[in-house]
Amino acid sequence: MKKLLLGNEAVARGLYEHGCRVVSSYPGTPSTEITEFAATYDDLYAEWAPNEKVAVETAVGASFGGARSFAAMKHVGLNVAADPVFTASYTGVNAGLIIAVADDPGMHSSQNEQDSRNYAIASKIPMLEPSDSTECRDFVGVAYEISEKFDTPVFLRLTTRIAHSQSLVELGERTDNGVKPFEKNPRKYVMTPANAIPKHTIVENRTSAIREWAENCGINTVEDNGTSVGVIASGTCYEYAKEALAEKASYLKLGMVNPLPIKLIADFCAKYEKVYVIEELDPVIENHCKTNGFKVIGKEIFPLCGEINSSMIKEKILGEKTELGASFADLPVRPPVMCSGCPHRGMFYVLKKLGVFVNGDIGCYTLGGAAPLNAIDTTVCMGFSVSGLHGFLKANGESKKSIAVIGDSTFIHSGITGLINMAYNRSSGTVIVLDNSITGMTGHQQNPSTGVTLKGDMTTSVDLEALCKAVGINRVRVVDPQEIDEVEKIVKEELEADEPSVIIARRPCVMIKKAVINPPYRIDPDKCKKCKMCMKIGCPSLSVDPETGKVSVDKTLCVGCGLCKKLCKFDAICKG
Amino acid sequence: MKTTNIMIVGVGGQGTLLASRLLGHILPGMGYDVKISEVHGMSQRGGSVVTFVRYGEKVSSPIIEKGEADYIIAFEQLEATRWLSYLKKGGKLITSSQKIDPMPVITGACAYPEALPEKIKDAGIDILCTDVLSLAEQAGSSKAVNVVLLGVFAKMTGLDPVLFNEAIDVLVKEKFRSLNKTAFELGYSVK
Repeated sequence: MKKLLLGNEAVARGLYEHGCRVVSSYPGTPSTEITEFAATYDDLYAEWAPNEKVAVETAVGASFGGARSFAAMKHVGLNVAADPVFTASYTGVNAGLIIAVADDPGMHSSQNEQDSRNYAIASKIPMLEPSDSTECRDFVGVAYEISEKFDTPVFLRLTTRIAHSQSLVELGERTDNGVKPFEKNPRKYVMTPANAIPKHTIVENRTSAIREWAENCGINTVEDNGTSVGVIASGTCYEYAKEALAEKASYLKLGMVNPLPIKLIADFCAKYEKVYVIEELDPVIENHCKTNGFKVIGKEIFPLCGEINSSMIKEKILGEKTELGASFADLPVRPPVMCSGCPHRGMFYVLKKLGVFVNGDIGCYTLGGAAPLNAIDTTVCMGFSVSGLHGFLKANGESKKSIAVIGDSTFIHSGITGLINMAYNRSSGTVIVLDNSITGMTGHQQNPSTGVTLKGDMTTSVDLEALCKAVGINRVRVVDPQEIDEVEKIVKEELEADEPSVIIARRPCVMIKKAVINPPYRIDPDKCKKCKMCMKIGCPSLSVDPETGKVSVDKTLCVGCGLCKKLCKFDAICKG
Repeated sequence: MKTTNIMIVGVGGQGTLLASRLLGHILPGMGYDVKISEVHGMSQRGGSVVTFVRYGEKVSSPIIEKGEADYIIAFEQLEATRWLSYLKKGGKLITSSQKIDPMPVITGACAYPEALPEKIKDAGIDILCTDVLSLAEQAGSSKAVNVVLLGVFAKMTGLDPVLFNEAIDVLVKEKFRSLNKTAFELGYSVK
């Protein structure tokens, strides 16, 4: 049966069909749905780990334990997981191990545009790159074969357009080889220098062997259309090239982007007058070609930044321009915003009012940096808010006007280590944990503080107050971020304190079941004095009528949180 | 056979994903190769969102590019206008007359542009602008604008309404099915 599957869903299908048994991941757009779909199969154990490092270590452990295993993450998650990844390359596997990494060219939902293929080269781990959902499913099988044949973890690289595109897949059955026994073998599994030194040689020889295998592996394929132009591409760029050039070019489609074959590419380059390498982000394939003396055209005409598309390929290679539709200039932009009733809004209103320096973090609350709240001063990576605050205060003599904000899931991911540093090294900073009881931005995943597993089972939950106290924070306070007067009072008090403190702002995300949804508010036009105090919170449910200058409430969006009502001095915002 | 390109555009949270999934459910059954591309994550929080639906004999790229869309189905006026450069010459725009203020308008940094449907028409574009929100409310929920618009689209393109009803049975939770079927019919009867 052919079914339309999202690339991520197809990877999960591949895990099911190819006998994967253990999945551990941390959510991150565009990789999240792989693990969510994997969890729908009863034959697979799947979990959310607290961060990507833990996820990869779990998957490595499961591989040692004899089960085909898997971990997924977004590109920046691989930075967090890099430590076990590089040494797992040395140990190799017992049962097959796949690490999926989803890059985000164009930065649809990311803080940088790093190219994970560089990690494959650096860690000497083979990397496959599918170009549609069928390949997403099939390459999982190929990756497990390579993993077990060559004793190595294998990367599966996706990009946003593959992960979040649907195409047709012919579904297959599950094959499960069971669990292999673990045999004690310190020279393989215990990476002390004495054991790792010979292992490094084995890894280099392994790369050579896989490179040789790549010459005839069946996933690096040539399509000769008798043309003078040749194109080398992988993943979504291959699809763009096919769309743009169809039979006007011949193709070398690379299903494996590390290690790259030499003879296959040499023969391809020799056959065509002009050979183009079409790849998003870094010139990885191009550099390989040029290092080996093959004449190709790549980043001379294609960009290093952002996505490539078929119009660009048509224009650069064929000199053809697509006729554009009508366009209207100077339209107002529509940036993403915090939802109506978002529990973060009240906190950012207060922080802006107090004029404090705010170290932000990664999550929905990054939107607190957008107009009109403009209440975030830095955003770098998961956990940065806490350790960044610590450094900022050390530089600025423990200035009292600086604060960190971090979500519950991000705090557990990597904020807690920064907090330990603050306690240990005697900071006096204040960390606000925005506890909305869910991992929000990636689409509402459970995490260790929610008391529910990925599979939906009840479990223990992290006691954030006790955790903060246990690491040496004496001042831990809990507040409802909706109660802005109370929030203001507490923030002021904690900023004054001579020791580190944590404020837990606790209120569930408005998009989850736990949230309280009230009937929408309305504006009494007789009482509205057009002062626009309520407009300061940047709620998408509120707008000013251009004719009357008075505020109105969009009743389809308003969830009755009442934050605007707290700001109205004229009692113009009323129920029903 | 030529590939048909449909873009579904709107504001994050308006239900554009269900619209593309309903289309994605019926098109393979009609013997087409289909690719659908969505953007998840940050833009879903009230930002401008777009979904690409492409079908034909064999579809390569999952993306529709500027000047290539046969149809744009828009959930909101400003979004209809924003994505217009993607419409090919002779392409059709179906849009809801609904206006949703983006944050720069809410904060007063700029005004919501006036008379957009008229300006689009004046630019020589084939536009069908309907009060989809009222029809959705008539069906029972303002959230059903997605399915009303699909009804309008099905009528315009001659797609079989029975297939959409079947797709609703498969993809929509039971308690919302009859509401969505009513919404589809209301859209389908728009002239």
